[in-house]
Amino acid sequence: MDSIMKRNKGSALVYVVWGYIIWSLVPVIIAVIYSFNDGRSRTVWQGFSLRWWFTDPYASVFYNPETRNAIINSLILAFVTLLVVTPLGITLAIGSQRIRGRGSNVVQGLTSAPLITPEIVVGAALLITFTRLFTAVPLGFAAQLLGNVTFSLASVVVIVRARLVSIGPSFEEAARDLGATSWQALRYVLLPMLWPSVMASLVVVFATVIDDFVITSFLSSGVNSETVPLRIYSSVKGGATPALNALATLLVLASFTVLVIGLLGLSTWRKRHGEHGGLRAALADVTQIEG
Amino acid sequence: MLFAVPFYAVACVAFGTVDPIFRDAVPQWNPLAWDFTQAQQVFTSLATGPLQGVAVRTIIYVGCAMMLCFIIGFPIAYFLVRHAGKRKLLLLVLIIVPFWVNYLMRMLAWVNLLSNDGLFTRFMKIFGINYNWLDGSPITVILGLVYGYIPFLILPLYATLERLDWRLIDAARDLGANSRQAFRLVTVPMSKAGLVAAGILIALPMFGDYYTNDLLSRSPSTEMIGNQIDFFLNASTQPQTGAVLVIALSIFLLILMLFYLRSTRQQSRQTAR
Repeated sequence: MDSIMKRNKGSALVYVVWGYIIWSLVPVIIAVIYSFNDGRSRTVWQGFSLRWWFTDPYASVFYNPETRNAIINSLILAFVTLLVVTPLGITLAIGSQRIRGRGSNVVQGLTSAPLITPEIVVGAALLITFTRLFTAVPLGFAAQLLGNVTFSLASVVVIVRARLVSIGPSFEEAARDLGATSWQALRYVLLPMLWPSVMASLVVVFATVIDDFVITSFLSSGVNSETVPLRIYSSVKGGATPALNALATLLVLASFTVLVIGLLGLSTWRKRHGEHGGLRAALADVTQIEG
Repeated sequence: MLFAVPFYAVACVAFGTVDPIFRDAVPQWNPLAWDFTQAQQVFTSLATGPLQGVAVRTIIYVGCAMMLCFIIGFPIAYFLVRHAGKRKLLLLVLIIVPFWVNYLMRMLAWVNLLSNDGLFTRFMKIFGINYNWLDGSPITVILGLVYGYIPFLILPLYATLERLDWRLIDAARDLGANSRQAFRLVTVPMSKAGLVAAGILIALPMFGDYYTNDLLSRSPSTEMIGNQIDFFLNASTQPQTGAVLVIALSIFLLILMLFYLRSTRQQSRQTAR
């Protein structure tokens, strides 16, 4: 009796769950489909075409100078942020791991605070900083880079530190006992073991930066620093063509490509190094949630 | 450092003075000379003056959106933990997908569906519902917030419920509690810290949201505090007011953050036990 009731309740919930999944994904899928619309409308279907992707030499995503400019800006910003934030985050994570006692709590609190601070607060604070205090940093690419570094640094530190905790100090100590200097132990023992967390943070940071709207927008200055999200935001308000849907689709494609590459990389790394878990563990690395 | 300095700068502009000729904000770098008259004006305006509507509206919208998020999100997280069985990984992946779809893309999708000749509007017309969704409708804004932030609630909820010791609930059932009693007296108290933490996790960005509102409504009648900050800092000549609003919002959110830290600590203590 009891188990029948339980199954009944479960089966009613199945519909809620699938309903939710449909609700959360179908609008996006429709938006993607309409990027292939033959007409100028983003709402009325007029047949299939690739004109908003390639064939139209003026208005398609890849040929329109404005969208092209936005794509290039987004990619540059994301890659440069990755270059800056990854080594910085690893160093900070290792460093903060070495602090013992009461100080460690303070450091942990300080590094996780940015993770839960709303972007508008960070964006507004940085805008005021760069326009009033450090006026040497012009709004535009430089300010956007610093802003995105500030915002994404915390996630690198958190991901790498979680890995450090699970590794524990014993491997490094063993290396030291066998005669390695502390630098050698770090370089040849610890850093290689950190690799999965580095890969996970590359994926997370790339997705954060390429998707970021608020901070990048607050710190932008005109067309020169317009990224894809900014372009989307300003065009939704006007009567834009399906090229806008195509542009947004590109953004989604970009983060999924990086996600898939990262997940595959992570699970092959794990397999090769005898760590179990496969895809599921890789997913947990990236989402920071135990699956 | 990267984090503390910007906040100092905000305070300096907020508590600085206004240039009498250019009407531009002059930051006051010396904390001892801070002038609080402007800040006081804005705070009074938030409490009783013209900005009161915005403040109240923000709280109502976020409150409604949070409630809907929990009503939809909790059963889903519960199902994933208790009944998903073999499909669990597939369902989890499908629920994580929206995380990786750009927020603006998800809003754009709804702008398309809800516009005057959009699919959803046309669909609703079949049932005789003729509604201008994108014309300053509070319902649209609240549903937009729900749609935007609910993935960020479901995953932490899932993580919380996953860690629960479900044997205790089975024990309660064995001892004669009906399912509602077991839920109210065992499940909720055990997962309370996690529920609070997950709720705050989405409340924080919702309170600072301005783009959802901007994309789905664009009308002053649905403006939230984030819109005001955006306006004062980016489009007006009174960055000072914007700075004070940032501080007001930060103080409010800081209280929520402290709650968050407290409940996550409680939660880790509970699992450790």
